[in-house]
This record gives sequence, C-alpha cells and structure tokens, in this order.
Amino acid sequence: MRELITALALLGLILWSPPGLAQTARPLADDPVLEAKVLDIAHELRCLVCQNETIAASHADLAVDLRTQIREQLQAGRTEAEILDFMVARYGDFVLYRPPVKPVTWLLWGGPFILLLAMSLWLWRMLRRRRAMAEASPLTDDERQRARALLGREPS
Amino acid sequence: MKRYLLPLALFVVLAAFLGVGLKLDPREVPSPLVNKPAPTFTLPTLADPELQFSLEQMKGQVWVLNVWASWCVPCLAEHPYVTAMAREAGVPVVGLNYKDKPEDAKRWLARHGDPYTNIAADRDGRVGIDFGVYGVPETFIIDKQGTIRHKQIGPITPDDLRDTLMPLLKQLNA
Repeated sequence: MRELITALALLGLILWSPPGLAQTARPLADDPVLEAKVLDIAHELRCLVCQNETIAASHADLAVDLRTQIREQLQAGRTEAEILDFMVARYGDFVLYRPPVKPVTWLLWGGPFILLLAMSLWLWRMLRRRRAMAEASPLTDDERQRARALLGREPS
Repeated sequence: MKRYLLPLALFVVLAAFLGVGLKLDPREVPSPLVNKPAPTFTLPTLADPELQFSLEQMKGQVWVLNVWASWCVPCLAEHPYVTAMAREAGVPVVGLNYKDKPEDAKRWLARHGDPYTNIAADRDGRVGIDFGVYGVPETFIIDKQGTIRHKQIGPITPDDLRDTLMPLLKQLNA
C-alpha cells in the first residue's frame, strides 16, 4: 500500500513538473536557415567539457556559449572556414571532429588501413597454410581402419 | 617456442601503449595559445565596474592570469596555492572572474581571502573563449612581451607550484 502511494506521488510529481524544467534548447535565432547553419557548424566541433559530444548536442555551458559565438559570427558574415579557424586558434585541432591530415595525424588516418592490410595478409597466409595441410595428409589404410572401428562400422 | 613469440610481442606492444595511455589525462588538451601573444581584452574590474582592466596595463612585466569563479569547486581547492604563488613569486596575479555574479564573487573573496592584484569580470565568458578556457580553473603565465608561456588546466597543486610555476616565473623574471 505504501509503495503504491509513493509510486503515485512520484508519478504525480513527474506529471506536474513544469515543462520549463525540461527546456534545454536556447532561444533560437528568428531565422531558421541561420539556425540550421549554426547547427551544421556546431556538429563539426567537439565540446571540450564533455569530450565525446559535439557542440550541437551538448548542453554544457561552454557549448551554449560557443553556439552563440557561431551564430553571431555568421550574422556578421563570416564563412564556415573562418569560424572553424577561430575555434582551432583557441582550442586547437582537438575541437575538430574531423582532424586535419598532417604528419602528426598520419597514423590516425592511415592506421585503420594499415591494420586492415596486415590482417588480410595474415588471413590469406593462414588460409593457404590450412589448405596445404588438408591436402598434404590423406589417411593411411591403417588410420582408415581405426576410424571405421571407432565409428562402429565393420570394414567393408 | 617461435609460435608464442608473435603473440607475446603483440601483447608487449599493446601493454606499452595502454601503459602510456594510463598516464595521460584526456582532460588536458594542449593549448595552441602557448607561445602566442595573449589575446587583448578590456573588461570592467570586479571591485569597481566603472574601472577597466586591460591587457595593456600589464605590458613589460611577468604576470599570472588565473581564471576562477565562485561556483567552481576546484578553484577553492587551488586557492591556498594561488595565494602562496601571489605572495612568494612577487609577480602580479590577476584574476579573471569567469561567468560569475559579482556579488557571489565578492562574497567568496571575503570568505576565503583575496590573493589577486586585480580582478577582471568576464560575465558572459567571451574573454574566456578568447583564451581557450574550457574548464575553470585555468592559469596562464604571461611574459614581459605579453606572450603566453604556460597554461595550466585544472587546479594548481603544490607539486605544480614547486616544479613548474615557480621555476618558470623565476626564470622569466630573471
């Protein structure tokens, strides 16, 4: 009974909580085209506070501020490349979800392909060796007899 | 024997990489601002919003910019060491009060002590963005030419103070 009351009370709390509490989006700019562009750029940028989220997805304070920055800079007529440069100048390449290809990131970009190549080579060698093994050792007559005996059949 | 060699080698390589990875702090992102001129800014001071603090005022001296806020718990943890640095290094330590309410900031200082030479109030965090701040507290050491020489992310510990910050301040001031 008490559990039921508690559950109902909790349910009531959930239902009655002001919708304002659930509101997380910042006031959008009046222009939906501009807002889409802001989100486009924000999707390219990593939130440094919660490192596995984009600035578009994050509700961290800094992410909100950076979205505001993007919006204002777009309104001031800056291009996407200029805005990305602005972010990189302050937070480094780490803010970019698509890190630029340069000597320190060669391993990052090429690593998976090197790994794929290495594993394919290994698989190919393995398969070849197995096939060779299967072909090279047919059963002798003696072994055949024993196999039949073990399988419970009379030699034919 | 030989067939165990390859897996063993792979294991050793993997363990070495993971071992190094354990020592890295993913929260510490190298700042592109180190060894670059500090971004210029002018902000009202916390004590008197009529007065302005600008980077120009610090030209020609080695100084420390410490980003803090009253809502930031690690700032309280580093507070004794910021105080010690201000006392012992003999350089101005300027506070950048980041996204804080002035009355909260003042109350915090009254309660815990004010180690700062001057405090600039960055209410909307714009100067913070120019300095690439993403986690308060952060501390910048700026040399006589106005170049950022060091950035500390996160609270200053006694070890940081002894091994990194104080030697660097001494060296820059020499």
